[in-house]
Amino acid sequence: METARRLEPVEINVNMGPQHPSTHGVFRMVLWVDGERIVQVEPYIGYLHRGTEKLCEGELYPQIITLFDRLDYLANFNNELCFCMAAEKLMGLEVPERAQYVRVVLCELNRVASHLMFYGALGLDAGAMTPVMYAFREREHIQRAFEAVSGARMMHNYFRIGGLKEDVPAGFKEMVRDLLPGLEQGISECDRLLSLNEAFLARTRGVGAISAQEAVEYALSGPMLRAAGVPYDLRAVEPYSLYDRFDFDIPVGTQGDCWDRYMVRVEEMRQSLRIVRQALEQMPDEGPVMAAGVRRMPRPPKGESYMRTENPRGEFGVYLVSDGSERPYRVKIRAPSFASVQALPRLLRDCYVADCVVVLGSLDIVLGDVDR
Amino acid sequence: MGPVLADNSIYRDVYSFFVGFMPHQLWWLAYLIAGLTIMVLLANAVLLNTAVFQWMERRLLGRFQVRFGPNRVGPFGLLQPFADLLKLLLKEDIVPEAADRFLFTLAPAVMAAPVFLVLAVVPFGKNSYLLDLNIGLLYIIAVGTLSTMVLFLAGWGSGNRYALFGATRAVAQLISYEVPMVLSLVGVLLLAGSLSLVQIVEAQRLPFLLLQPLGFFIFAVASIAEMNRGPFDLVEAESEIVAGYHTEYSGIRFGLLQLGEYAAASVPAAVIATVFLRGWANPFVPLGWPDVLPSHLWFFLKVFLVLFLFIWVRATVPRLRIDQVMGFAWKFLLPLALVNIFVTAIEVQLWRQPTTAQLWAMVLVNWVVAAVAVGGLSRAMERHRRRPTASVAPVPISVEVR
Repeated sequence: METARRLEPVEINVNMGPQHPSTHGVFRMVLWVDGERIVQVEPYIGYLHRGTEKLCEGELYPQIITLFDRLDYLANFNNELCFCMAAEKLMGLEVPERAQYVRVVLCELNRVASHLMFYGALGLDAGAMTPVMYAFREREHIQRAFEAVSGARMMHNYFRIGGLKEDVPAGFKEMVRDLLPGLEQGISECDRLLSLNEAFLARTRGVGAISAQEAVEYALSGPMLRAAGVPYDLRAVEPYSLYDRFDFDIPVGTQGDCWDRYMVRVEEMRQSLRIVRQALEQMPDEGPVMAAGVRRMPRPPKGESYMRTENPRGEFGVYLVSDGSERPYRVKIRAPSFASVQALPRLLRDCYVADCVVVLGSLDIVLGDVDR
Repeated sequence: MGPVLADNSIYRDVYSFFVGFMPHQLWWLAYLIAGLTIMVLLANAVLLNTAVFQWMERRLLGRFQVRFGPNRVGPFGLLQPFADLLKLLLKEDIVPEAADRFLFTLAPAVMAAPVFLVLAVVPFGKNSYLLDLNIGLLYIIAVGTLSTMVLFLAGWGSGNRYALFGATRAVAQLISYEVPMVLSLVGVLLLAGSLSLVQIVEAQRLPFLLLQPLGFFIFAVASIAEMNRGPFDLVEAESEIVAGYHTEYSGIRFGLLQLGEYAAASVPAAVIATVFLRGWANPFVPLGWPDVLPSHLWFFLKVFLVLFLFIWVRATVPRLRIDQVMGFAWKFLLPLALVNIFVTAIEVQLWRQPTTAQLWAMVLVNWVVAAVAVGGLSRAMERHRRRPTASVAPVPISVEVR
């Protein structure tokens, strides 16, 4: 008997990355696709693994700060802050107020810079080529301010255990204060440009949604978690540094889809600028920026401490074990991007190939943070 | 004497120029030489036009995106396309091992062919056309489709999965958008009573943009989709499939593909200028203004106006997803095209020989219909997509412990 020739659907296996325009670094996804539908996703990480945790064991405490700069390279100040505070907690140091305020201002500005980067990158992933230029125009102002303060645009190495490397340059307050109106306007412009664009809504609404329950189960944090509807922000839940002195809101999404994740970050930029404004008002004009009696080579006493802070990408944690020497015994880093990548196969369930880059973009991962 | 000479002034002029140099019995040679001369001229005009368009697009995108765009090579960066071409000529030409060598090398070579074929029937100015084909519009649509075949050749022949994605997307998109594109022109046919582009231009007492707003909208959108420009540039969506069908191309083959793509963009622009904007006609003559500029200049002004529109759209709108692109063609453009045909047919039936007042009445009716149809349909589509609740509202700090 003659059998009719049937066309069987074939699953194609597509290798996205490690060199791909929109995997945000050296990230690799293997997609099994049926036509344009994604059947299965397998993320591969580790292309940027530098063994930071192990390196920390061989370095002096001040040197480790430079390693932390290189973890989440879009939020250098936030990383430095977390490590410094972990060591300060162990040593029981009281950081001078002026230094704390400077730290808060820089960290919040860094959050804005990081979210602007996210904004542009997500626009590019969705195929909008214009927003990224506007985002970078605003980001450039912040970068210049950072350069004026620390001398570097990216790897600042400015925070120290017990305070700051040096006092901020004269006119710091005015410089940042002059920056704020332009930034606020720029963020509003960006918001108007993309947020309610019909095509952008079509690409992001209802795409890659995750429920609050699942988001918690996947250990998501930061904007990822808040977009799913959990108003959890470490700055508010367990205020560290001076965050209990500021008045700010926590934007929360309802659907946990890409658009919510995007919108939460846009709102967060505004809230960050609010914090910066308050911090500048409260900041003392004079005063030391280094805690008294800290040695150049700090030696935290034998013991362990855990510090976690709210990074732009979520909860960043440092577990520090000291044996009393000038080098830590063990440093464990809890990276927010790492947890986000875990949820990727779940988020990409029943998605199209085109969604995969948008969802990945909405995670806002930094590979330095994922691979460490 | 061929039939072409009878009504074609360019060809006749060139022919009579050449025929003056040779004995009378060699008239067929003059006929051939005239044809070849015009072909060479046209080909160069297309290439030059493409270079200008590419420069314009890059400069304008720069303006849209708060940056400068190319401004170093030549005055205002005008020579940038030539510098790029020169660079591409010097690059190594790589044919990947997995590629089908024949298809891979064939695709760039035939990329520009459909463009030249289409331009044969487009009237550039008063009495300036190569051929007044009596099925001109149909011919343009049929030949314009060929460029998608080239994309498929390139994508399939590359032996790359990203390229394959681009190729399949190109074909899917072509099949979907061909339908509303053709249907959107039916209204024009009803009004003009002819498929010849020359006669369509002459039939426009008012530009068909006024009489056929829906037709213009559908044709413009469908042609953006068909030439694979943003927001329908899924074929080469750089954030998803790297570069789509030309992922594996390098050197001058890549250059030829790019060239063909940019040249192809001017085809729908030329068709829109001809069919909806009265082609070469000076729009201010009916207002009593003096007719100073040559008709060719008006034609190119209109073409570049349409190209500017394409660039503007590309700079503003994010890329759609493949299912949304398909849905847009079948659920949105196709019903609109049918509404347009229906309304236009009734009007043509009512007013056989419309007076000017009746024409303006037609304009009014058609714009109202267009507004209602587009507004109503987009609202109907939105209901499925939009969610009732506002997604993000800043809430005061609250701690939730699970």
